[in-house]
Amino acid sequence: MNILMTVARRLGHAFLLVLAVLILNFLLIHMAPGDPAEVIAGEMGGATEEMLAEIRKTYGLDKPVIVQLGIYLGQAIQGDLGQSFFYNAPVLELILGRIGPTILLVTAALTFAIFIGTMLGVLSSHKPKGALSGFVTLFSVIGYSAPIFWTGLMLVIVFAWMFPIFPIANMYNITLEGGFFVRVLDVLHHLVLPALTLGIVYIAQYARLTRASMLEILGSDYIRTARAKGVVEVKIYGYHALRNAILPVVTIAGLQFGSIISGAVLVETVFSWPGLGTLAFDSILARDYPTVLGILFFSSLLVIVANLITDIVYRFVDPRIRTGG
Amino acid sequence: MKKLTSIIAAAAILTAGSVATSQAEPKSGGTLVIGSTQKARHLNPAVQSGIATAVPGTQIFATPLRFDANWQPQPYLAESWKVSEDGQSITLKLRANAKFHDGKPITSEDVAFSVETVKANHPFKTMFAPVTAVETPDPLTAIIKFSTPHPAASLTMSSALLPIIPKHVYGDGQDAKTHPANSKPVGSGPFKLVEFKAGEHVILEKNPDYFIEGRPYLDKIIIKNYKDTTSLTLATDTGEVLMYPFLSSTRDIARLKKNSNLEITNKGYEAVGPLNWLAFNTKNQYLKDKRVRQAIAYAVDRNFIVKALHAGFSKPATGPVGPGSPFFAADVNKFEKDLDKAKALLDEAGFKAGDNGTRFSLKVDYIPGIAEMQKNVAEYLKPQLKKVGIAVELRAAPDFPTWAKRVGGHDFDMSMDVVFNWGDPVIGVHRTYICDNIRKGVIWSNTQSYCNKEVDALLAKAGTETDQKARIALYQEAQKKIVEDVPQVFLNTLPYHTAYNKKVGNPPVTIWGAMSPLDEVYLK
Repeated sequence: MNILMTVARRLGHAFLLVLAVLILNFLLIHMAPGDPAEVIAGEMGGATEEMLAEIRKTYGLDKPVIVQLGIYLGQAIQGDLGQSFFYNAPVLELILGRIGPTILLVTAALTFAIFIGTMLGVLSSHKPKGALSGFVTLFSVIGYSAPIFWTGLMLVIVFAWMFPIFPIANMYNITLEGGFFVRVLDVLHHLVLPALTLGIVYIAQYARLTRASMLEILGSDYIRTARAKGVVEVKIYGYHALRNAILPVVTIAGLQFGSIISGAVLVETVFSWPGLGTLAFDSILARDYPTVLGILFFSSLLVIVANLITDIVYRFVDPRIRTGG
Repeated sequence: MKKLTSIIAAAAILTAGSVATSQAEPKSGGTLVIGSTQKARHLNPAVQSGIATAVPGTQIFATPLRFDANWQPQPYLAESWKVSEDGQSITLKLRANAKFHDGKPITSEDVAFSVETVKANHPFKTMFAPVTAVETPDPLTAIIKFSTPHPAASLTMSSALLPIIPKHVYGDGQDAKTHPANSKPVGSGPFKLVEFKAGEHVILEKNPDYFIEGRPYLDKIIIKNYKDTTSLTLATDTGEVLMYPFLSSTRDIARLKKNSNLEITNKGYEAVGPLNWLAFNTKNQYLKDKRVRQAIAYAVDRNFIVKALHAGFSKPATGPVGPGSPFFAADVNKFEKDLDKAKALLDEAGFKAGDNGTRFSLKVDYIPGIAEMQKNVAEYLKPQLKKVGIAVELRAAPDFPTWAKRVGGHDFDMSMDVVFNWGDPVIGVHRTYICDNIRKGVIWSNTQSYCNKEVDALLAKAGTETDQKARIALYQEAQKKIVEDVPQVFLNTLPYHTAYNKKVGNPPVTIWGAMSPLDEVYLK
């Protein structure tokens, strides 16, 4: 019951949040200089006033902004996110076509970051003053401070151009012939560099976080007790200590879902990864209002869902929260 | 002895012939991957200009005519054509075997429908403005009538300018600009659409019923979108992309030139005629004086731009028509760098240097994203114009729409700009100079607010002059006047190049380059 109430309350908040996101973004993007008709005209190599007026009329841009907002919200509530000005296709169709690759990239990066980050954190907590620990600290500083697009470009230069192990861009090789398994491998092959780029920042953070909380926990009484009972070190690290040390990582990972999605915009742009990020980038440049709004709507939904999942996972990992203790 | 010489000569010719044949024997099959950073909104060039739509569009749709590398029209969908003596009509005889990709035959009705659609929807209004009617006496004959002679007519029937679109698909009453078939087009060109993923790729496959027998040679063409020129250059370098047209970054050209698997050519951009220039708002309080504009033209060193900023890959531009065009005027004032002359002109205009050496200040805008052509040149202008007492401030735009809003809205002093000739001056040149094309809010109209009645009259006359020599003379005179009036400082041509893998045979080098049917291209 308790959890159901929490979820219901969360959903209520989420609805208001989404509404606020929609209204704010609508007003923000309309404040940017230049309008879609000019971009379309630019793409067309010029246009006449009549043509511009016609384009504005077609997309309802001739109406006052507040009327446009009303129309938009009315449609959005009914699940109609409108028609893309630029690609001349339903926004929902465009987003659904792109959301899969983004989820794949974000999930891969996050899984990878949590796994490697935690592992590095645990290993370096073993000998806090050892070489590995020093390396983790250095790596964290570099990983965290390097701009994500720079990291991406460096990885491309080293692993796709100097040593052509991985592809430069895109999600799959369209010229490839082969069955399902071959295609899956091909996508994974394309996924490595983007996921690594997006994950590096978080690996660094998670490693630091795990290391710090491991060090704290390893000094606590119950670990001493476990050691006194003769529990093997592997079990102490892997089970008793890690289970508690991972809690902050889970919390942070959930909270960071929003920022990881915004990171995905940059990574997708660098790697031409056909996800929401690339679509968002192109749509902003084209002042394609409905598409930009649709993407922001979807990404806010993703963040909300991710936070809900975090809550649930948290309860699962930490029984004290489950029982309300 | 004479006999022996002729035998040797004959043998030499035979050998040469056989070598040439063995080198140039096209082979069927294979997939050509073309890389592009330009993303198509849709694939119907009848209602959309621009490279992104034109490259796939010219593969999917056939046009009545095509042009060779020497600006000569060649039969394409029309097996023959005849321009009437008064130049006021053109009669097209269509091929009897031409079919759309859905199997329906192409008739003169489709030609009439296409002309009407392009006339009503294409941004290049001047192309078909003189069209009064399209007569269709029989299914294979279309007679296009003009109100005035239209010497540019045959060119407007090539490349992406007049795609023949099926009336039975597009004639269903929906708005052509937003027609769903624009993204799932049915044409009659050498390739048909397999898949179009906006912003990702266009996959085309061989049209087995193509009306030219034995062609195309390629099985497939894939046009792959890359986010930026850096990743596209890397992909070309590693062989992931076999052809990279519209390559313009001089650093990338230099880099790809070093790759022994690649060939680089600057052929194929004669019709596009891309120019980089510094435009003036002639309504500006300083720039309204012709002497000030001339002074700026004298202060700028084109050689520096071409040699230092563009590593010698671009060419100096001297007028509104690109050097690859038959209408190019070489005999114009070149405004060779002369700082003293520039200063004298500014003095004469009444703008004496103040105590700090500055006469007045101006802002310069530039298109973001193509730094080599735009931002870098704008940055060069700052210290260069300072030498003659003009303080220049760079005004950056975060993206294209912001820039377009400013320049289209005449809210600028000076702006860097890139403008294409699009084959015939009627299409791409008149728009920038004629008085009645000063349209606030419309980018690539006469945003300079330049108006010279003499130039107007010359352009109007040249636009309808059917005698090619007389037409060239008229355009040359118009160019001389325009250059002297300096609505822009013509800086350089864009260094467009095509990088292609050595596996690619018959790369596109006609005047329209990659914006023409790639039915002769093959893989070795």
